[in-house]
Formats: sequence, structure tokens, C-alpha cells
Amino acid sequence: MRKWIVTLAVCSVASLACAQEGPGLGVPATPEQIAGWDISIGPDGAGLPPGSGTATAGKVVYDARCLACHGVDGAGQPNDRLVGGQGTLREAAPIRTIGSYWPYATTVFDYVRRAMPYVTPHTLTPDETYAVTAYLLALNEVIGDNDVMNAETLPKVVMPNRASFDSAYREPRRR
Amino acid sequence: MTKSKGLDSLEPVAGNGLLHRRLFLTGSAAVLGATFMTAKAAPPEVPAWMKTPGMPMRAYGERSPHEAGVQRLVGSQPGTTGSGASRTPLEALEGIITPSSLHFERHHSGVPDIDPAQHQVLVHGLVERPLIFSMDALARYPLVSRIQFLECSGNSGGNNNAEAPQQTAGGIHGLVSCSDWTGVPLGILLEEAGVKPAGRWLLAEGADSAAMSRSVPMAKAMDDAILAIYQNGERLRPEQGYPVRLFLPGYEGNMNVKWLRRLKVTAEPTMTKDETSKYSDLQPNGRSLLFTFPMEAKSVITSPSGTQKMQGPGLYQISGLAWSGFGRIRRVDVSADGGKTWGEAALEGPVLPMALTRFRMPWRWDGSPSVLQSRAIDETGAVQPSRAALMAARGAQFRYHYNAVQSWSVAAAGDVSNVYA
Repeated sequence: MRKWIVTLAVCSVASLACAQEGPGLGVPATPEQIAGWDISIGPDGAGLPPGSGTATAGKVVYDARCLACHGVDGAGQPNDRLVGGQGTLREAAPIRTIGSYWPYATTVFDYVRRAMPYVTPHTLTPDETYAVTAYLLALNEVIGDNDVMNAETLPKVVMPNRASFDSAYREPRRR
Repeated sequence: MTKSKGLDSLEPVAGNGLLHRRLFLTGSAAVLGATFMTAKAAPPEVPAWMKTPGMPMRAYGERSPHEAGVQRLVGSQPGTTGSGASRTPLEALEGIITPSSLHFERHHSGVPDIDPAQHQVLVHGLVERPLIFSMDALARYPLVSRIQFLECSGNSGGNNNAEAPQQTAGGIHGLVSCSDWTGVPLGILLEEAGVKPAGRWLLAEGADSAAMSRSVPMAKAMDDAILAIYQNGERLRPEQGYPVRLFLPGYEGNMNVKWLRRLKVTAEPTMTKDETSKYSDLQPNGRSLLFTFPMEAKSVITSPSGTQKMQGPGLYQISGLAWSGFGRIRRVDVSADGGKTWGEAALEGPVLPMALTRFRMPWRWDGSPSVLQSRAIDETGAVQPSRAALMAARGAQFRYHYNAVQSWSVAAAGDVSNVYA
């Protein structure tokens, strides 16, 4: 009886799902399989791997792997500028960088790990990824050159523009 | 030359030659059109293609070589060949279905070549039973088909510029397309996995080399989201996410993650790069809006449109597209005098929710300089704003969700160009 009530509540929202029943062809995923697939990191740091790095170590990685597309010290060109622009967001031509715009430091790690370097993604080690993240944060004067970024410290970094975001999404009322 | 009696009796519905939409709904247009046809003087002849049997059949069709000029407008980011966008040539198309080969593209790291036999979709996170679905398994699920548009939230962004870009309708607005999408209702898969009560969001991740990822509200996932595996009757094109993509009707294109490989149920949004640093809306006060998901009511006249040339004064059919991520198009108004007066266009049925809707309007152009506009109103009553109103409300910092009225100037010589009016 309890299951029936729950199903009914879900169905009032789930218009398509409840119209039909599935054949149950999903194969149970093991924790090992999930660990191999799950590369996303939440703003609370959930999912950050072991490892660590500093800006000093990150500059070496950046100059070798990132500079060609993002310029010296993250100045940009030919691709996105990564540094500076603080205080420009109300101007007609705002400069949106990690330092001026991005709300979460965890996003830097997540994005570098999943998508960068552009031509050879998924080749940086966790230490290199922490180091590059630290370097980009330090260039933006969000952390110091010797601050160690790891699974514990990175989520605690407060980005300069963090408090300037509002969610436009409103969850529909449950009927 | 005396004017046709029929033309004089037509009912004007707005200034500068806009005629009642009835003209093209009844048979009278054909009669009127004949007035303007100039018969060729040459005698009837048997053309070359009637003197020999035609080409053999072929296993996979192609369009006429005479249409080879109808192409997407491709633009890549510096140093890449696969990142960037290609735009649908809206001005060259009719009806509401975009040919799959001309569907717009927006990629963040090229188009992966995925072997469907190796591709799987993982559903995990805040679920009772994490599950892996093979493509063969997904294809056995109950399928639904719907004709719906997909629009990049950066579409029409060129009109944010201080000067109106002189491009075609597709060059400006071609990051919208419409297909018949067939797939598995996502809710079925989520119910099999058993979403825990705390699971209010979903992270969707692609198998491209950028592993493009976006957070999706659970309410949308359970409402009308599908995992699309067919487009216009055949399996998805690689550019559209082969072998499987997320499709979220009415939501901004970037969220409709292609090459879908993973769905993670979460309590809160993951705050990925493409929902924070990009696809967020910076406002004049310096604050930014996250998660502006549905694409707003919008329309554009595709004929006549930018860079085209009128063939002298006379009767024309204005044709265009309207759409809204909030549901059906209720009405489209057209103006030929820069918005001073408006007449109601005919909507070509069926008018489907969150689909492109074709509108048409007869126009007798007298050869004088004119400004053509269209204005969509959707079933929620939302009215497509003027450019001035949109820019005043959003400021120049706003990059995405540009949905203002498009103005096409028709010069006396017949040249059609983009203007801000």
C-alpha cells in the first residue's frame, strides 16, 4: 500500500515515465565501475581525488601544456583568457575569467581534468591537475604561490565573484 | 498595364501592403500569382533528361547536385577544427523540419566517432540501484517521438552588437533547428534505478573529449526528457550525439548533452564550467543568473531576409519561423512598416508545443523602402520583445537568450538587410 502511494505521487509529475513501464534491461553497476566513470566534482569537493599541488609546481605544467592556447600567465589568445578582469563585470565589455567570474574553485579542477589540455585531455595526473588549478588561482590572486591545493583545501577557496550568482530555476510545485 | 481586379479587392490588414492571411489559405493566390508570371517565348522542347533513362537507384539518397550550395555556415574556434558552431541556413529551407544534414552544430571538442557496441550509459549517484544500459538495451525500451526544436542559447547573439551584422537569416539566427526526435523517456530509466528523495538534480555527461557536462533539474528529467536515439527517422547523426543524446524539450541547447555516457543523480547542481563560467547571464548590476533554462518566445522572417534581393514590386509571401520553449505558438504578428501597424500571420499546422511553427503572410510590396518584422506570442501569453526593450532590460553584458524582434530593411532597389528598428 505504501509503495502504491509513493508511485502515485511520482506519477503526478512523471507524465512520460508513468505512461509506460520499462523492461528492466539495465545491468547493475559495481562500485569499481562507477569509480572509473565518475569524474565530476561538486562544489563541496565531493569526488576530488587524492593528490596535491602548488602554484609553483603548476607553472611548470602550465607552461608546458597550456600556454600555447591560453598565453603567458593565462593572458589568453588564441583561446580563453584565464586571468584578470576583476571589477569589469558592470562594464559594457566585461572580462570574464576564472578570477573575475567563476563562482567555484572546484570547477577549475573538474574542467581541467575532464577537458584539458584540449588536444590531449585525460593525460594530466591528479597532482598536475591540482598544481595547474593552484597556479590559475594564484595568478588571479585568490590563493598564494605556496598554498597547497588538495581535496580538503580546494573546496574551501572562496572565489571573488562567488556571492554574485542567483539561480533563475524554480522547482515546479508538487501537485 | 491595368491592375488586376483581384488585387484591388484584397483586404489589407496592416500598413504598407500587408494582406489578409486568407489570401494564401484559399485558392485566390494562384490566380493572382499568374499576373506576375512572364511566359517564356521559347517553343516547348524535350529536355535532355527526357531523352535517356535516369540514374540508377542508390542505397542511401542524396539531394540534387543543383542544391549543393545550401550549406551550414561553419565557424571554428581558433586553433581547432571541431569546436565552435555551424548554423542552419534558415533562409534556404521551408516547412518546420530541418534536414539532419543541415541541423546546427555546437561542439566543445569536436565530434567523437563512437562505436555503439562499446558505448554505454551509466545511471548512478543518489539511486537505489546504479545501472548500466547498453545501446541494444536502450533500443528495446518503449520509445516516444516528438517534433521539437533545439536552440543554442547563444543564438542570434550577433544582434547584441552595436552595429547590426549584415548576414543571412541563418547566419544570425541559424543556431535553431527542428527534428522528429525519438527516444526513451528518461523517467523510465530513472524509476528503474530508483531515485532517492534527496536526488533533485542530475548531472549529464557526454563522451566527447571535453566530457561536456550540465546539471538538469530532476523535475524536468521526470517530466518530458528523453534519451534520443533517432532523429528524423534514422539513428542520430554523429554531430547530434550518436549513438544517444539527452533531449530536454524547450531547454537551451547546451543542456541537451550529446554522446551521453553518464547520468549522476545529485542533491544539488554540480556547477560545471558550462553552467557557471558559460551559459550564465551577466546583468547590468554585475550579478549573474544561473540556470535560465527555457528558450523564450521568438520568431524570424526567413523570406525575404538578410542579403536576399526582391524581384521588383508585386505580391510576395512573407514566410518565417516562430517557437517557444514554454509551449505552443499562439499567434505571430507581422509588420511591414517597422512596427507601426501589425497584421496576424497564418500559422501552418500542426502547431506543436516546443516545435518550430511556420507562419506566412501575403504582402504586396509597392517598391518603397520598408521594414519587415515578426512578433511571436506563445501560449503562456509571452510576447517577443522589441530589440530596444530587450537591450534596455538586459544591458550589453547579456550574451545568451537573445529573443528580440528581427527587423529586415527592404530598400527601394530590393536589397534586404539587417537593421535595428
